[in-house]
Amino acid sequence: MTESLLRIDGLGVDFHTDDGVVHAVTDVSLAVEAGEIVAIVGESGSGKTVTAMSVLRLLPKAAEVSADAIAFRGTDLRTLSGAELRKIRGGPVGMIFQDPMTALNPVMTIGAQVAEAVVLHQVRPDKKAAWQRAIELLRLVGVPDPGERVKQYPHEFSGGMRQRAMIAMAIANDPDLIIADEPTTALDVTIQAQVLALLKKAQAETGAATILITHDLGIVAELADRVVVMYAGRVVESAGVTELFATPRHPYTKGLLASLPRMDVDVDQLDPIPGNPPNMADPPAGCAFHPRCPLARDRCRTDRPPLLAIGAGRTSACHFNEELA
Amino acid sequence: MTVTAVRTPAGAALRRFRKHPAAVVSVVFIALVVLAAIFARLLSGHDPNAIDLLNARSGPSGGHLLGTDSTGRDVLSRLLFAGRISLGVGIASAAIAVVLGTILGSIAGLLGGWVDGLVMRLADVFMSFPSLVVIVVVAGILGPSVLTMVIAIGLFQWPVCGRIVRGVTLSLREQEFVLASRATGAGPLWLMRKHIIPAALPPVSVVATLAVAQAIALEATLSFLGLGVQPPAASWGNMLTDAQSLTVIRSEPWLWLSPGIAVALTVLAVNFIGDGLRDAVDPRSSS
Repeated sequence: MTESLLRIDGLGVDFHTDDGVVHAVTDVSLAVEAGEIVAIVGESGSGKTVTAMSVLRLLPKAAEVSADAIAFRGTDLRTLSGAELRKIRGGPVGMIFQDPMTALNPVMTIGAQVAEAVVLHQVRPDKKAAWQRAIELLRLVGVPDPGERVKQYPHEFSGGMRQRAMIAMAIANDPDLIIADEPTTALDVTIQAQVLALLKKAQAETGAATILITHDLGIVAELADRVVVMYAGRVVESAGVTELFATPRHPYTKGLLASLPRMDVDVDQLDPIPGNPPNMADPPAGCAFHPRCPLARDRCRTDRPPLLAIGAGRTSACHFNEELA
Repeated sequence: MTVTAVRTPAGAALRRFRKHPAAVVSVVFIALVVLAAIFARLLSGHDPNAIDLLNARSGPSGGHLLGTDSTGRDVLSRLLFAGRISLGVGIASAAIAVVLGTILGSIAGLLGGWVDGLVMRLADVFMSFPSLVVIVVVAGILGPSVLTMVIAIGLFQWPVCGRIVRGVTLSLREQEFVLASRATGAGPLWLMRKHIIPAALPPVSVVATLAVAQAIALEATLSFLGLGVQPPAASWGNMLTDAQSLTVIRSEPWLWLSPGIAVALTVLAVNFIGDGLRDAVDPRSSS
């Protein structure tokens, strides 16, 4: 078996808070192959961002990370020194943040920030070359008149343009893996489509694998090859995107899909998932989803269902996933 | 959204600075003071240390525009030469305070943990000492000199700047753009140079001007007490020493009015410049 581009095994992330230990992520395993787009889907607080951040060790110091492996191209990132890890960050692994409003420094020009991503990875720093590269990158991501706009500050950019600049920073060093944390959540719907198209283009051009973190299933359907669904810090289902949308094998996934409006079927009312996401400081016993699950039985209240393979490239963590097939 | 009319950051900052008439006037004023201090020899027409006992304590006249002091020295030329020392001491000691405070403050804020604790306790120690008393003692041990005074004032002023830079750093550290910069491979030194210190500039520029103003005032105090600039060299502070008696205050106002006004106007102007700077270095303030 060839080594995956990124392999996370048995990841756990704990936060020590005043309310006790919060298990933000428990026993998450996932693999990303070269060139593929893997979507991590889940509600706020389901641990999807924490999972992605732990790859580049970008979690706050209070986070306690444990894992059997976080391997990128066969190297365990946890064994790297700070300096070695900084070569990975922004180099072979690029990151796109959710809110381009706050992820850009308001007192630095766009060009300086894009060039920063370039300079940090030059063997011999060459500011002039980096600046030229920044202009070229901005042109690549569709910023009009990049030669002039490179000198502007973030507040002179619209939200969509800012996100383009963020993408330019992420792809500055021709990454093998792009981690995109809700890249379109903070944008207008009309701009979302443009940025998605750009992400797709960037992905196609660089050939980089992408981890796409989102709660928007529309984006998943549009971009992803494979989907990992997270709930309460655990993976509850993973499958190829077509299979997942056709036959979800976890009631949570099914609920998510049912709560979406559809073009092909006439529905009067959307079907939301009842209840709220669990309090992570005090998650329910058994299956974390049981208080909101239409299939829940006694067994679900005491017995946490393990994540099991249920077919080629599919896993599900539901006692009754057969019933959904 | 404007695509046209791109300005350079420096040009934009200058434009914003020009919107403060008081700051612009102050820059002109300080420039004149600095020029006057530099060309003191040309402007004064008198040796600042030439004693002329026959002409002592004479009021302003054609020969001595601002009169003479108790030993007949020309007040105007002493005022001009004193400007060199007072401005020099003010700027040099503020520079020490700001550089020390910025470096220590950003290290403390960025690294946190025991480093933060150590630096901040050090700051507490410096702030809890009555600086004047310690400087008096230090001057007593090392002998009063301009250099000891500069170092002493700088050492006692860094905690103010250090605390502000640390505060800025702490709030910046949690900003997403710092995280984004780390995600592109930036290390602590890079973050300090590119993100923390530039962002700390607006408050630091204000603190720096305050520090210059305070240092000028502190220099005046120390020299007034005879622990700073030693006669016959003139500073605005030791010129005020002459005004220690009520008789002088009442009957020879030219002795204390001119150095007093020089200190007051300089400090005021420096503060105005700080205000202008604060807005100028912040590209968000206006466009």
